Amino acid sequence: MAQSNSLWNRFKANQVFWPLVALGLIMLFNALFTPNFFRLEIKEGHLFGSLIDILNRGAPLMILAVGMTMVIATEGVDLSVGAVAAISAAVATVLINPALGQQLIASDKLVENVTATPLPVVILAALFVATLCGVWNGMLVSRGNIQPMVATLVLMVAGRGIAQLITGGQIITVYYTPYFVIGNGYLAGVPFALFIVAGVSLAAWLLTRKTAIGMFVESVGINVRSSFYSGVNEKNIKLLVYTFCGFCAGIAGLIVSSNVKSADANNAGLGFELDAILAVVIGGTLMTGGRFSLLASIIGALVIQSMTTTMYAIGVPAMAAQAVKAVVVMAVILLYSEQFRSVVGRVFGRRKEVRS
Amino acid sequence: MADSDQVILTMTGISRAFPGVQALQDVDFNLRRGEIHALMGENGAGKSTLIKVLTGVEHPDSGVITLDGKVVQVKSPQHAQELGISTVYQEINLCPNLTVAENIMIGREPHRAGRIDWKAMNRQAREILLRLDVDIDVTQTLGSYSVAIQQMAAIVRALDITSAKILILDEPTSSLDAYETDQLFQVMRKLKSQGTAIIFITHFIDQVYEISDRITVLRNGKLVGVYDTDALPQLELISNMLGRIVVDLDDVSRHKAARAHDASADPLMQARGLGSTGAIDPFDLDLYAGEVMGFAGLLGSGRTEIANLLFGVDKPDQGTLTLGGQPVRKFSPLASIERGVALSPEDRKAAGIVDDLSVRENIVLAIQASRGWFRYLSSAKQSEIADKYIKLLNIVTPSAEQPVKNLSGGNQQKVILARWLATNPQVLILDEPTRGIDVGAKAEIQKLVVALADEGKACIFISSELEEVLRCSNKVVVLRDQEKISELSGDEMNEDVIMRTIAGS
Repeated sequence: MAQSNSLWNRFKANQVFWPLVALGLIMLFNALFTPNFFRLEIKEGHLFGSLIDILNRGAPLMILAVGMTMVIATEGVDLSVGAVAAISAAVATVLINPALGQQLIASDKLVENVTATPLPVVILAALFVATLCGVWNGMLVSRGNIQPMVATLVLMVAGRGIAQLITGGQIITVYYTPYFVIGNGYLAGVPFALFIVAGVSLAAWLLTRKTAIGMFVESVGINVRSSFYSGVNEKNIKLLVYTFCGFCAGIAGLIVSSNVKSADANNAGLGFELDAILAVVIGGTLMTGGRFSLLASIIGALVIQSMTTTMYAIGVPAMAAQAVKAVVVMAVILLYSEQFRSVVGRVFGRRKEVRS
Repeated sequence: MADSDQVILTMTGISRAFPGVQALQDVDFNLRRGEIHALMGENGAGKSTLIKVLTGVEHPDSGVITLDGKVVQVKSPQHAQELGISTVYQEINLCPNLTVAENIMIGREPHRAGRIDWKAMNRQAREILLRLDVDIDVTQTLGSYSVAIQQMAAIVRALDITSAKILILDEPTSSLDAYETDQLFQVMRKLKSQGTAIIFITHFIDQVYEISDRITVLRNGKLVGVYDTDALPQLELISNMLGRIVVDLDDVSRHKAARAHDASADPLMQARGLGSTGAIDPFDLDLYAGEVMGFAGLLGSGRTEIANLLFGVDKPDQGTLTLGGQPVRKFSPLASIERGVALSPEDRKAAGIVDDLSVRENIVLAIQASRGWFRYLSSAKQSEIADKYIKLLNIVTPSAEQPVKNLSGGNQQKVILARWLATNPQVLILDEPTRGIDVGAKAEIQKLVVALADEGKACIFISSELEEVLRCSNKVVVLRDQEKISELSGDEMNEDVIMRTIAGS
């Protein structure tokens, strides 16, 4: 068997290959069936178009996928990201609310373009609370030795209650325009949220690949006992990834609430956890932990988002959208199954490749 | 050639390649009814791959398998079982969280009224085990038993497939003591007399001569030859396996004799009344720089427990431990690494290698752990360390970037040794470092241990092979029933004394 080390083969072996294929297929579909899908326009100095829309709307999911990737790489899962995003949104909007502490929510004061708390403090407070939620998850998993799914289920359920307590059970609307920049603003013609995505991704990449953390995360995910015997502090690694995941959920919560200009404790970030897990899975990181790729997960998030946008664009009825999405996801996941690929390969009479 | 009707299995021209490795190249193999056929070769010779091809785990790139005169394509392990080929693998592949009975009967549970008949299952499992003279409570989880018992359960499970025409035993005795090995051999002989063909893979040369009829030798994925055991002198077998002049193991012992530590110095590591309830009774231990201390004792005698205590995997609940005169307060692997203590653990697969990580990452893991998260070794530095030890320990791998799971058992063991040598330890504890690896690698590891002691390091050498312990050690600690019962040195250090000490007479 020829040992080919060509660039193409190395690329094919890379974790980003199949996610890119999936994304490429969706783009191909759009190129054929969605008019003007690839058109980019500049309106009022801002970039517009379906592609920009996908990136912009996909921003929270991409950030969540980054945090979730590291958690899944340690053979864990964080089901609470949606609820934590809601908590973060609740904290931010309550702190902005100029009528804070007053009974009458619908007062004139509420709709003024002012904030009760300086914006940097608002953001820091929201992220602090979200990170604290991550620490809580991390402590349950690493110190309490509770299974990740169970440990994070606690906050998934309780988190929405906490968010409701913070907002007093109201949907809080924000009228303070500077806050809208996070989810709706533009910087140099590009949606501001994309800069946040880039920042978080870069930070996560530096944290995992320019320190030993990435190797330890993978090592713990593959064999926790061997890691322990080798002196890796597996408890702190787990604590770190859940903490970081909470932080990411906090940012996602801010973007979402800024985007819709309100915080709804019950519905903000609803279903985020599953989309984030799906993005990681599409990105090819195994649920059993181990090797991970942040870039592949981000592409995975884009696959999900472009699917959603495509369905709106070609006019799939909202009620059918979920079903169509399910079919597409199934097709993507099947692409990953080596067994399935070899069956397909045999059907088309191609020689089965030698793989380790 | 033998009568063709005697031959039950023929494998012709088998080849199989993995990325960067030609694991098998045009290998022929045949097996007769009622024979015990030893498959011999160094690590990476292709023994395991040949077995995997035979059992359907791997599919050959080319070659033909003929079973009972019919050409077959073994599609999967299950298919192999249906064809009457049963296997016990080198590493125990059972579920430690299921009961012994469940492990033995899994997939063949007796049913009654559509449900599993637990009583019958437990009874059957127990009967089967009793045939091997293993009398244990089959309703306990497998994980609660020693590795030896787990191995027995794995063997029993393979044996119990009544239609087994071919039984493959891949390193079945590597974790069994002499008595248990005898038990196994009795069963093997019985099966042989019933016409079962047995493929026996082991690194114990003596066992091959004790039980096998024929020997097939592989080297570097190629067939070296097939021999009648009676007609093949041991030395020739070994040189066939190694393909070079046999390493003179006597070198090791001669070398050792010339070395004696400075008795007037203070011990490097000192334990006083150190113990952990339920694991190891309180013991005293003085380990000097430049000496190799051997641990002898049966499985479960407390050898591994002492090692785990000294390395901080387990925490003591009584006594004191000092290192270089400093009392040890923090017991954890990380703290031990920082103190200059290293442990190569007994269970290579579960506590040693991180199988999906590369050879490089496996080697730098411990040293990086001691540096913490942020003082990250540059990739150039990592490669440098990895390459150094790959060369030093003769680790056979296409590159340092190969996932360690693609390496053979002996090379994986060397990777773990490299991991610990990279931390430059003062005290090196090796728990069964030569289990399941070939003669050549064994000799290399023994030499290495002695060389390390020469450099002034202190080593603790734990092995089930008494001969090996004696060859390397200056002192032998004898353990029985979780208790240190004796410490032997000088003339007392011989197999006879040790065995009688263990036996308590």
